[in-house]
Amino acid sequence: MTLTAELTAYPPVSGPSAVAAFERDFATKRRRARVNWAVGSALFLAAFLATAWLGDFFKVTQVTLQDGSREWRWIIPAGLPRLGEYVVQTFPTLRWESLGADLAEWFWRWQVWLRLLIETILIAFMATTLGVIGGFVLSFPASRNLAPNKWVLWICRHYLEIARTVPELVWALIFVFCFSVGPMAGVLAVGLHATGALGKLYSEANENIDMAPLEGVKAAGGTWFDQIRYGAVPQVLPNIISYTLLRFEINVRASSIIGYVGAGGLGQEIRTAMSFQEYTDLSALFVIIFVTVVVIDYGSEKLRHRVIGLGREG
Amino acid sequence: MERHALSLTGLTRRFGENTAVDAVTLTIDPGQFVGVIGRSGAGKSTLLRLINRLIDPSAGEIVFGDRTVNDLRGKALRDWRRHCAMIFQQFNLVDRLDVLTNVLVGRLAHHGFATSMAMQFSDEERTMAIEALDRLDMAPKALQRAGTLSGGQQQRVAIARALVQNPRIMLADEPIASLDPGNATKVMDALRRINREDGLTVLTNLHTLDTARSYCDRVIAMRDGRVMFDGPASGLTDRVVRDIYGSAGLEEFSESVTSTSIQPQAETISA
Ligand SMILES: Nc1ncnc2c1ncn2[C@@H]1O[C@H](COP(=O)(O)OP(=O)(O)OP(=O)(O)O)[C@@H](O)[C@H]1O
Ligand SMILES: [Mg+2]
Repeated sequence: MTLTAELTAYPPVSGPSAVAAFERDFATKRRRARVNWAVGSALFLAAFLATAWLGDFFKVTQVTLQDGSREWRWIIPAGLPRLGEYVVQTFPTLRWESLGADLAEWFWRWQVWLRLLIETILIAFMATTLGVIGGFVLSFPASRNLAPNKWVLWICRHYLEIARTVPELVWALIFVFCFSVGPMAGVLAVGLHATGALGKLYSEANENIDMAPLEGVKAAGGTWFDQIRYGAVPQVLPNIISYTLLRFEINVRASSIIGYVGAGGLGQEIRTAMSFQEYTDLSALFVIIFVTVVVIDYGSEKLRHRVIGLGREG
Repeated sequence: MERHALSLTGLTRRFGENTAVDAVTLTIDPGQFVGVIGRSGAGKSTLLRLINRLIDPSAGEIVFGDRTVNDLRGKALRDWRRHCAMIFQQFNLVDRLDVLTNVLVGRLAHHGFATSMAMQFSDEERTMAIEALDRLDMAPKALQRAGTLSGGQQQRVAIARALVQNPRIMLADEPIASLDPGNATKVMDALRRINREDGLTVLTNLHTLDTARSYCDRVIAMRDGRVMFDGPASGLTDRVVRDIYGSAGLEEFSESVTSTSIQPQAETISA
């Protein structure tokens, strides 16, 4: 019950007694808020500590010191230096006097990597296309304000939910099993996950539209599809383009990982490098992915701003 | 064009406990210009939306000529909506589409799925749309985005959209309630001209008595979902008006009449 609803329940509508009633209600409300806050914080803290404990954050482990003796240490300070060791191992040897040769050695597999990078981007591109088509078509029946009936709404929402809840890597495993190793499994995996994610975003945009234009189309004798096409799509188009570009970036990242389970792209090289402990290869691959993502990020942001700018103008 | 009378028999619509339209029985002859008045919540909008079948009646019948309208479904229902065009207080145009496409929406009932989704319209349809716009002096704006027009201009585009539907009845739900007096006059004049030139039946909700008096052949007054008065505008004597609006409502109402000349919502239309 809201405060105003409680207030109107009191007989005095004005005068000192009304003010007193307000003070009383206000004090009660404040007290209740404070209790709620305290209980909430306690629950949060308890949950946090429990998860930390389950996650071995409090574990004490044995470490070997420099003089060879072994000692018990809390796991976090004990493990942190190893992160440093790992990162240092991935550094390539780059000397100023032989920079060209060193770089060539660092990126020694550049021909394979370049081919796989292109494959990665193509997987992301095709997956985004499939995701946009699926997400776009399903987002309308999956919007509360647009769904023709509640069954269609339920089915579409749950399909999208399943598609996006299962991670790309898991879809990739399944599709590699069905269609064997290769980029097709990757396209399907990333595309299916993107369908779910985009469908959700699109349908949220749909749920915020002005319904009056749709009513106008309906009153003129338009079908449900006409209402969507003429009333809804023009309203959400800038949002759709913006989300799509954002998704492309995310899909490039996803596509560079799924090769780990054999679904095409750079991921397979990451796996090889890890299992053969080729640490400098790992850093080279990291640099390649990082640069690609930054470039795509930059490009799509520029495009997105233009789209949003176009949407605002006039 | 076939000219039929529209008759409502015991038309009722309930929302939960609340009866918005209560056993309305009326016959509207072809070519009449009918105004519906009544205080807020009287059921005027609900009545119009029932006729266009944007909402379904709880009871009663809607008959046009020899066709029973209240149980139409699917294609036949969409066809009926095309026959009785509707314009709204908030225009209900698609702001992001250009004026021409907005008008062509009035042709959608004639289209199949593919051409409609592809926004493919024939040259004849475009000609129809431009002619309709021209009748309302809006042809020069045909390629502008609808959202950039003023309220009065948008309402005229909405009327053009209604015209390309080739309707037999024109329903208007407070078409001038968010317009300034100058634009309001233009829109009402356009409706009157369409009524006279095309012989189209016009049924419009109005929130001011003077508009009803100056444009309507016949005025229907509603209160609590029922018809309280039905007759020529000249029959709206003070006593009748007090019956319709109640004495408290009358004060409220006269205020809204006078405020028309200094429209409170005028700033919303200076787009
Ligand atoms: N979709 C709806 N759901 C529930 N109640 C509704 C709905 N539409 C209308 N009503 C109710 O029906 C009654 C009549 O509403 P209606 O909009 O027809 O009145 P009106 O005469 O057009 O009023 P106004 O002049 O304010 O537009 C009101 O009490 C309203 O609250
Ligand atoms: Mg109304």
